[in-house]
Amino acid sequence: MLPRIRWTRRRLISAAVVVVLLGGLVGVAAWPDRASYRTEELRIDVRTGPAGDQPVTLDATYYQPRSATSSARVPAILLAHGFGGTKTSVAADAKDLADLGYAVLTWTAQGFGRSTGEIHLDSPDWEVRDAQRLLDWLAVRPEVRLDGPGDPRVGVVGGSYGGGLALMLAGQDQRVDAIVPMITWNDLSRAFLPEATGRDPADGVFKKQWAGLFFGSGSGGLSGGELGALVGGGRDDAAAAFAGRGDPRCGRFAADVCAAYLAVATTGRPTPESLALLRRSSPASIVDRIKAPTLLIQGEADSLFPLSEGDANARAIAANGTPVRVAWFTGGHDGGTGPRTDRDRLNFLTAQWLGHYLRGEGAAPSRSFTYSRITGIDATNRDLVASGYSVTDYPGLSSAGVAVGVVGPPQPIANPPNGTPAAVSTLPGGLSSFVGGAGLDIPGQFALFGSRPFESTVDVVGAPTVRIRAASATGEAVLFVKLYAVGADGAGSLPGGQVAPVRLTGLPSSLDQAEPVSVTLPAIVHRFEAGQRLEIVVSTSDQAYATPAEPAVYQVAVDGAVTLPTVDGTPIRNPNIVWWIGLAVLLGVIVLGVVAAVLIGRLRSRRKRQAVVEEHADTPLVVRGLRKEYADGFVAVSSVDFTVRRGQVVGLLGPNGAGKTTSLRVFMGLTRATAGEVLIFGHRLVPGAAVLSRLGALVEGPGFLPHLSGRANLELFWKSTGRPAGDARMDEALDIAGLGSGIDRRVKTYSHGMKQRLAIAQAMLGLPELLVLDEPTDGLDPPQIAEMRRVLHRYATDGRAVLVSSHLLAEVEQTCTDVVVMHKGEVVASGLVDEIVGDSPTVHLDVSDVDSATAVLDRLGGVRAVTADGNGLVVDMNGTPRAEVVAALVNAGVGVDRVVPRRRLEDAFLALVGGDTKASGER
Amino acid sequence: MTAVTDRAAGYRPGRTLSFWTEVRRQAARRRTQFALGFMILLPLIVLAAFEWNPGGGDDDRGDGNGGFSALVDVATSGGPNFTMFTLFVSSGFLLIVVVALFCGDAVASEASWGSLRYLLAVPVPRARLLAIKLLVALAYSAVAMLLLAGTALLAGTLFYGWNPLRAPVGGTLSPEDGVVRLLAVLGYLAASFLVVGALAFFLSVSTDAPLGAVGGAVLLYIVSNILDQITALGSIRTFLPTHYNEAWLGLLSTPIQTDDVVRGLVSAVAYSTVLLALAWWRFLKKDVVS
Repeated sequence: MLPRIRWTRRRLISAAVVVVLLGGLVGVAAWPDRASYRTEELRIDVRTGPAGDQPVTLDATYYQPRSATSSARVPAILLAHGFGGTKTSVAADAKDLADLGYAVLTWTAQGFGRSTGEIHLDSPDWEVRDAQRLLDWLAVRPEVRLDGPGDPRVGVVGGSYGGGLALMLAGQDQRVDAIVPMITWNDLSRAFLPEATGRDPADGVFKKQWAGLFFGSGSGGLSGGELGALVGGGRDDAAAAFAGRGDPRCGRFAADVCAAYLAVATTGRPTPESLALLRRSSPASIVDRIKAPTLLIQGEADSLFPLSEGDANARAIAANGTPVRVAWFTGGHDGGTGPRTDRDRLNFLTAQWLGHYLRGEGAAPSRSFTYSRITGIDATNRDLVASGYSVTDYPGLSSAGVAVGVVGPPQPIANPPNGTPAAVSTLPGGLSSFVGGAGLDIPGQFALFGSRPFESTVDVVGAPTVRIRAASATGEAVLFVKLYAVGADGAGSLPGGQVAPVRLTGLPSSLDQAEPVSVTLPAIVHRFEAGQRLEIVVSTSDQAYATPAEPAVYQVAVDGAVTLPTVDGTPIRNPNIVWWIGLAVLLGVIVLGVVAAVLIGRLRSRRKRQAVVEEHADTPLVVRGLRKEYADGFVAVSSVDFTVRRGQVVGLLGPNGAGKTTSLRVFMGLTRATAGEVLIFGHRLVPGAAVLSRLGALVEGPGFLPHLSGRANLELFWKSTGRPAGDARMDEALDIAGLGSGIDRRVKTYSHGMKQRLAIAQAMLGLPELLVLDEPTDGLDPPQIAEMRRVLHRYATDGRAVLVSSHLLAEVEQTCTDVVVMHKGEVVASGLVDEIVGDSPTVHLDVSDVDSATAVLDRLGGVRAVTADGNGLVVDMNGTPRAEVVAALVNAGVGVDRVVPRRRLEDAFLALVGGDTKASGER
Repeated sequence: MTAVTDRAAGYRPGRTLSFWTEVRRQAARRRTQFALGFMILLPLIVLAAFEWNPGGGDDDRGDGNGGFSALVDVATSGGPNFTMFTLFVSSGFLLIVVVALFCGDAVASEASWGSLRYLLAVPVPRARLLAIKLLVALAYSAVAMLLLAGTALLAGTLFYGWNPLRAPVGGTLSPEDGVVRLLAVLGYLAASFLVVGALAFFLSVSTDAPLGAVGGAVLLYIVSNILDQITALGSIRTFLPTHYNEAWLGLLSTPIQTDDVVRGLVSAVAYSTVLLALAWWRFLKKDVVS
């Protein structure tokens, strides 16, 4: 049978609260969110091409907020994807923007995914014209806000290939109201053919690795981002793409793009046609026509479109008077999306920009420039941690800074044949982590020039510059200049992971005649700590670039100092300040709560102290209607009333399970009574009431700290009462314990009887006015029991009282003045011992002849009753001396064998509780 | 007359069971002495282990990806580094057990000895009893942590020198700065162990078996750690009490990373408050049957 649980109101309320809390938590966590937008897959047919008559079908997805209707129109956003991706690459961002309440149109650019057409590298005649047709499509949607007939309120957001599209579209179509181009280019020819001394891209060094990567991903028709080709994904796609398509060299690239690439990649030098093609696809050609407010985001870990591309865009667009804001972050084509703080910052800036320029909400965003720097590794999840900084005005790449001298002799370096082996400075697409950001330089191919250790921190933000001199037997040289940061322990790293390729012509064959050339290194964000050094390395090869095939030897030297542009950025306040405030508030609330609880407790106890029942102020114990009922319905004590007065030794009797111990635990303040009251010296007893200090107790056995000696236990117990040591009457207590030298042994070694005596002594410490003892003689030997009797008799003088609960009825009869008998939770008898045991004493006589003895005693006047009991008689003496009764019997000739005084209390007790107490624990 | 009869002469509730009395009651216990003694012994054992294996810690561990291998590499580079290593290896489990031991024993051992009822009959007010016992348990835990850190610092400095502190997540601190940061780390560890202590204390109030309270607290801590490893739970993990346990590594980096430290503090304070409030509420209402 399972135990019944009584559903009290408190239990019901607690259970209900717990169920609601748990259900709420699980529900919140598990309930699927209904999206705030509708998704529609579309195929949009557009007419594009130089004449606007070539049909192309674009695979698109339209996200429409549910709140957008023809009466509540919303602005739209064109969200473009990066090279090699499809509309699904930007699906997550599209959903975020749709959640913000914009109508978002994502599409797969022509030549990718399931869209038809060919890749023209964001040509104004093709991809940009596609986007213009998409603007027309948006203009006829009923839920899109219009600025005018056919002119939707629209922003364009995109990264890399999509960012280029955003810039080109804004220049070509004035209907665009705001753009957020990310990690994109300004001049595609300069991006793929960079040259760090300022020469035209026609003399640039071909960035062969990135170009090859793009061509691979474009050829195979792979999806999955720029890394598709590198990580070898989508081979099935490639096979399908090749089946039935034209030239396997070109894949889905348009013929002119394919021809341009093949021409450049073969020789490493561009043709005029390829340059013109790349320039046509560059914002640099139309940047003076961009009027849409622009939020330019550029990556610091980007060797494809470095910070200089973003800088060029920013300057050119700002020169028109168009609002421009620049933000850098620690990711990029090599660094991914960056750590969480960077992502949060960029999301915030984008949302703020679009919110103001598309919806008109909020004040115009400031033009401040924000950037971030990797400052370490997150302790919990080993991500990188970036700290953000902001500057009021965009400083560009060449702010004023410090000049750091580098020393080193002129050194010869060799150009390897066919560019192999080549130094590795960075691997595209984020695989730089495998290189550890350190770079590998081939001995014999590089010249090293180092600086002295920095004396203080230098925060470099921008493009460092250095002047070098070079000499070459052939008159030409292709060199790669890098800036290393070397820590105090000698470990070097390449900030930004980029190199500055340089093509020099007209070089003398001897270094003395060489003119210094100024090299602009890639822009970086780096902090040089005190004790760190920088090194300039000039190398002849780099894995990512195309170098001349002919082996050669050059002489290089560094001329003068390296200039490091520095910017004093204000750290962007950590949003975690909110958490610090929350912590402070939480602590404050807790302190207030604790103080309030303590004060309330004190007030309540002071109120209770005033309540005293005057008439019982001198009575040690008054119990009225005490009732204890447990939660499962068991009534241990149903109604108990009795009184203990000064000078009394009250015996509390009852069978096991009568409720004696429960009542005693109530008297000790351990158990709370369900009903009724207990008054100690007139004060109501509740758990923890101060009046308990006038009570000493021994209930349910001794309780000592086993690792301390008996004396230490008593002393520490008295110390824990907080009362003066002199009040303890320690000597008298130790005397009562009577343990001798055992008092200094650890309680762990005591026998049960020793512990019991010590417990009695502990109860008597301070000689409390009311002593409550439960089975004090348990475990004591007969002399000790006799001693205890004497102790209790002596104790109940001087106004003290004792309440003893015992099963030894003989002892109780001898020790106690009053008796209270409990049975099944009630008092069945209480009063003086004499009253309980009845009127007169009885005697059991063993006689030789029962009948004649009965006759004799019947004739004897003083005897009250005679009953036969087997071979003997039980005689109620009624005060007649025993000797007289025996004499009467003997004189009558009856043999008297034994005269035994009856145990009287036992009789009375058994009469009160019944002879069989098997079920005395049940109610 | 009224003011006198409600209590015995010289009894004041605010003077019962003073802090030092309780400290003395716990001081003579074998397990207190063993626990504190082990705190002194452990750094010496670790030191001996490092001395025994001269090649250990010199092996090139490759990527140096933070975490354990990086810590082992720098453990022998100086006194402060040795202290940091000792704290790292013991903060995962050993100190948890020690804190749970002191706090879980507080009330449950009194209940199992039978002395709780006599204390309550003194009468020591129930709230005060809990407060003093909790304070003494936390004081012993704090002493244990300080002994561990202090012995490690002393032994490490004697053997490896007073060298700068190299942080596992990057950066180097001067020895003095390093010691100050290590004190901050101890403070954060103390706050996060407070949760374990509060849980053990709550269990101590609910049960008569001290080992049940200690074991229960350690078990729940381990379960929380296991759940924290399951990344599929996503953001629910941030609500686990042990989620921010390693955040103190950020206190040693340059610049100091306090993102997770403050979140960990809020989580620790919230959990501890709830658990201790439950313990108080339970003890003040219940019938003491021990």
